[in-house]
Amino acid sequence: MRALILALLLSVGPVMAEESLVTGLSRDDVQITADFTGSDILVYGAVRRNSPAPQSPPMDLIVTLEGPSSPVTVRRKERIFGIWVNRAAVDLAEVPSYFAIASSGALDQILSPDDDLKHQISLARRLAVTKITAESMDSWEFLRATQRIGSAKGNYVTQQSGVKLAEDTLFRADFALPANLTEGDFTVRMFLLRGGRVIDTKEQSIEVRKTGIERQLTNMAHHQPLFYGILSLLLAAVAGWGASEIFRIWRR
Amino acid sequence: MQIYLPIAEVSVNLFLLLGLGGLVGFLSGMFGVGGGFLITPLLMLIGVPSGVAVATGANQVVASSISGVLAQLRRKGVDFVMGTVLLIGGLVGSFIGVQVFAYMTELGQVDVFVQLSYVFFLGFIGATMFWESARAILRSQRQGAQQIRRAHEHSWMHSLPFKVKFRKSGLFISVLPPLVLGAAVGILSAIMGVGGGFILVPAMIYLLGMPTKVVVGTSLFQIIFVTGFTTIMHAVNSQTVDMMLAFVLIVGGVIGAQIGSRMSTRLKPEQLRILLALLVLAVSIKIALDLLLMPSELYSVTRLVLP
Repeated sequence: MRALILALLLSVGPVMAEESLVTGLSRDDVQITADFTGSDILVYGAVRRNSPAPQSPPMDLIVTLEGPSSPVTVRRKERIFGIWVNRAAVDLAEVPSYFAIASSGALDQILSPDDDLKHQISLARRLAVTKITAESMDSWEFLRATQRIGSAKGNYVTQQSGVKLAEDTLFRADFALPANLTEGDFTVRMFLLRGGRVIDTKEQSIEVRKTGIERQLTNMAHHQPLFYGILSLLLAAVAGWGASEIFRIWRR
Repeated sequence: MQIYLPIAEVSVNLFLLLGLGGLVGFLSGMFGVGGGFLITPLLMLIGVPSGVAVATGANQVVASSISGVLAQLRRKGVDFVMGTVLLIGGLVGSFIGVQVFAYMTELGQVDVFVQLSYVFFLGFIGATMFWESARAILRSQRQGAQQIRRAHEHSWMHSLPFKVKFRKSGLFISVLPPLVLGAAVGILSAIMGVGGGFILVPAMIYLLGMPTKVVVGTSLFQIIFVTGFTTIMHAVNSQTVDMMLAFVLIVGGVIGAQIGSRMSTRLKPEQLRILLALLVLAVSIKIALDLLLMPSELYSVTRLVLP
């Protein structure tokens, strides 16, 4: 009996432990300038092993890229006296502003529900654990709507077979960040899987920051709001007067 | 060519924004309306968050109104006495309006309240103006160029106290009606997030009996201060004024306003009024349809900005 357990441990245990991820990012910061139109991120890496790769179960990879979270309110319209009015509302404590998931195969085939629950990999899982402050009878409908609207806006992206594997060792995943980014730390999570089970994870972050005039305007708007407001008015006044003068001279 | 807006946090096509600003500026110069009732929905349509759209729209309206007033000033089309009286009423009204707005927000129905206000006021004013100006045009076609009758006759308004001579408008009436009118417009503009020109212009013509040639300039004069006040309020309270967005809109807007105010001298007053009436009606019908038709997406997601 003991020999059997030992044999099992030797054959299964070490296989799980001896594969690990070595990863890198094409960039670890994104600077938002006035002409920012989005940014390409390349996530790459390799699987490190002490012994030859096992033949089965098959190896898979999932890479997620997630933007900073903030609270949102989801509202549902209902028809009252003939007009469509916001009625039920659900407040969600933490909803990512951006979420992209790339994998080497169909998610439901390569990832077991247990491990999804444990590691919070998919967006549906991430949203399912967010704190719901104002509830409705069917809060899950609101969670689904959040995902649906985010996908329609291009903020939630699923790239099935977005992870390219080479010789079961090297991998890469390409992400195209859209232009409407929220400032903050973006998290890249990488999962190495075999037979639906996660056997190694890595996490890295990308700093997304406004720079130059974008930075200065944002800072001023938040730290000197009155001055910012007056400056906005002055800008409007000068532009209005300037255009009027230019047209007058031009018409002479 | 795309431009990233720092407060709105979206990237928008530069020429689309310039065009939007130009279109609204053109209407502003032509009709003497600030254009807030157009710019705000249009900005939201291209993906600018609604809070930023309202606040920045107000800022853009300031610039196009200044440009428009200066153009009108040279044609002696601004009644400063009347403008000041309207403005005093307007500031009082906007103070009241802000309280009503806060109360509706507390009830959680501010969106529908604002939309219904749009439908009701734009619809009523648009329909009335359309009816009146259509009749005026028909009359002038039938009988050649006939003088349009204004509410210049003696009415109950002339028996009110505190009479003041509004020389530019050729009126000698009590300050009470313009004060009340200014206040009413102030309330509406605070609730609807607009300058109120589309209500002010017809009211000045039909209620106060002012001549059309001073109506546009005087209304713009009042709008500058009301929207300026709104801009500062939003900048301080919610930090939703996007200066970059405002700048691009303004560049387009001031040019549009100049062209618009020159165009307005080429058209007959009743033609001007029927065009404005059609525009106002179109916006109100659009908003009414949004309320009446079943939306394709019943849910909406509002991201709360972190402090």
